[in-house]
Amino acid sequence: MMHPDLTALLITLKLAAITTLILLLIGTPLAWWLARSQWRFKFLIETVIALPLVLPPTVLGFYLLIMLGPNGPLGGLAEALGGRPLAFTFTGLVIGSVFYSLPFVVQPLQNVFTAIGDNVMEQAATLRASPLDRFFNVMVPIARPGFLTAAVLGFAHTIGEFGVVLMIGGNIPGETKVVSIAIYDHVESLEYAQAHILSGGLLLLSFLMLMAVYGLNRRFSVLRS
Amino acid sequence: MSLQVRLNIPRKDFAINVSLTVTSSQITSVFGPSGCGKTSVMRAIAGLENSATGHIQMADEIWQNADFFRPPHQRDIGYVFQDASLFPHLNVFDNLQFGLRRQPRDKRRVSLEQAIELLSLSPLLKRSVDKLSGGEKQRVAIARAVATSPSVLLFDEPLAAVDIQHKQEILRYIQSLHQELDIPMLYVSHAIEEVARLSDNLVLLEKGQQLASGETVDLLSQLNLPFARYEEAAAVIDTEVTGHEDDYGLSLLRFADGPIRVTRGQIPLGHKVRLRILARDVSLTLTRPQDSSILNIFPAVVESMVADGTAMKLVRLNAGGQIILSRVTAKSADKLALKPGMHLYAQVKAVSPLI
Repeated sequence: MMHPDLTALLITLKLAAITTLILLLIGTPLAWWLARSQWRFKFLIETVIALPLVLPPTVLGFYLLIMLGPNGPLGGLAEALGGRPLAFTFTGLVIGSVFYSLPFVVQPLQNVFTAIGDNVMEQAATLRASPLDRFFNVMVPIARPGFLTAAVLGFAHTIGEFGVVLMIGGNIPGETKVVSIAIYDHVESLEYAQAHILSGGLLLLSFLMLMAVYGLNRRFSVLRS
Repeated sequence: MSLQVRLNIPRKDFAINVSLTVTSSQITSVFGPSGCGKTSVMRAIAGLENSATGHIQMADEIWQNADFFRPPHQRDIGYVFQDASLFPHLNVFDNLQFGLRRQPRDKRRVSLEQAIELLSLSPLLKRSVDKLSGGEKQRVAIARAVATSPSVLLFDEPLAAVDIQHKQEILRYIQSLHQELDIPMLYVSHAIEEVARLSDNLVLLEKGQQLASGETVDLLSQLNLPFARYEEAAAVIDTEVTGHEDDYGLSLLRFADGPIRVTRGQIPLGHKVRLRILARDVSLTLTRPQDSSILNIFPAVVESMVADGTAMKLVRLNAGGQIILSRVTAKSADKLALKPGMHLYAQVKAVSPLI
């Protein structure tokens, strides 16, 4: 039997990894669209994406709980498809984290896509590169610092989430209990030693990840605004 | 092979209307002040301007018409942009290969080695592009476009970001490309010297409207076009070397009634040369001056004249079939009683061969 704190850590890392992957997949086209679209109501979408930056996580968690529960649209759908309601499951946690960390992935990508501008893409087009070819062989490599920033911020922010998890994940060991909740539990039960280990570990991890972003982005002189 | 273009491009304050043909082995310039719509025309030909309507056809291949639009990556063009911005994540060699690798083998007529050779890029191949000067960047951009073996080369103000010392150098490269490769070229610029030097044909654009089009040599000497009012109003003459005066380091070039002499080094016999004679370097006398230090004096007939401000007049002269321009003060024009049909002598103080 694995130590419950280690289990919590693995769940946290798994949650952050899956969330980051999903966010890169949906965040890239979304950020690309935001960077290129001339639609006049684009700002509304930008506002919605930025909401998790300012909203108390408990508010976000509360609405997600309603949505993911058996009577909510997403939870109901999951049940109709033969699953169980999404609230208090790992899947529910992933959905919640995707919303919660969305701005941390979309915004760096949007910034880097905007900064790169149309010029290189147009050049690539005149050099016979099709739209997908130029996206993957020109835009992505040039935007690498932005992708790195987006991935690390998304990952780190998901690791740090607490309020949303508390609302929709509950505290099921081995399924939804993440490190931040485990720390809370330890403090509640006055187990400061364990709380120290987990907190210190998280602090170190976050520090190292952010340091990697800033350190690596320094090397890419191409795009530093 | 020829590129035929008829375009309408709406813009905020005016619409651009052009109609031009670029035939193989010729350089056609689109000339006009900044903001006249030159760049939009180039972008539309490349397929980068979504609002453009009209008809674009390369040989018998339609690129655009009322119900068809060929996307940019399927148009056989080489586009050299104003700022030469190369792909920053690739070095010079990989930049050069980018377009070439995407061109099917059976369409490749220019080899990579040839493109590198033509633009003298061998020493720069391993260089990262942010370590290049403005002129070097533009050479790489030109070679990158040429390496795709395009059916037409589009130059959009390629010298705009190049420092003054290297402008001549890039122009020479473009000229040699033109001699080596049989690729029609379209050259957009607002610098009259570049246009005068390079182009066979000229399209004059102002606020989107095509004011004139025709042979460069003809248009530049027409008094009713804006060129005549430029400070550097000049006649351009295509000629060739017919002899040398070695003792004096002069070259003799074929000209109407007798050779015109230039001091520019030893240009090989028979070599084609384009001359530019600025209107301000041509003065007029009624009798042939006997004791002048000026070498190039030609009998000429006044064809027409036009006021250039209040103090100056621009005179169009026919010197035995060659048109030259002269700018004189209004006072001198009155003193000499200049009028069309009058015979006189043109003294050419300076001639610049455009090599």
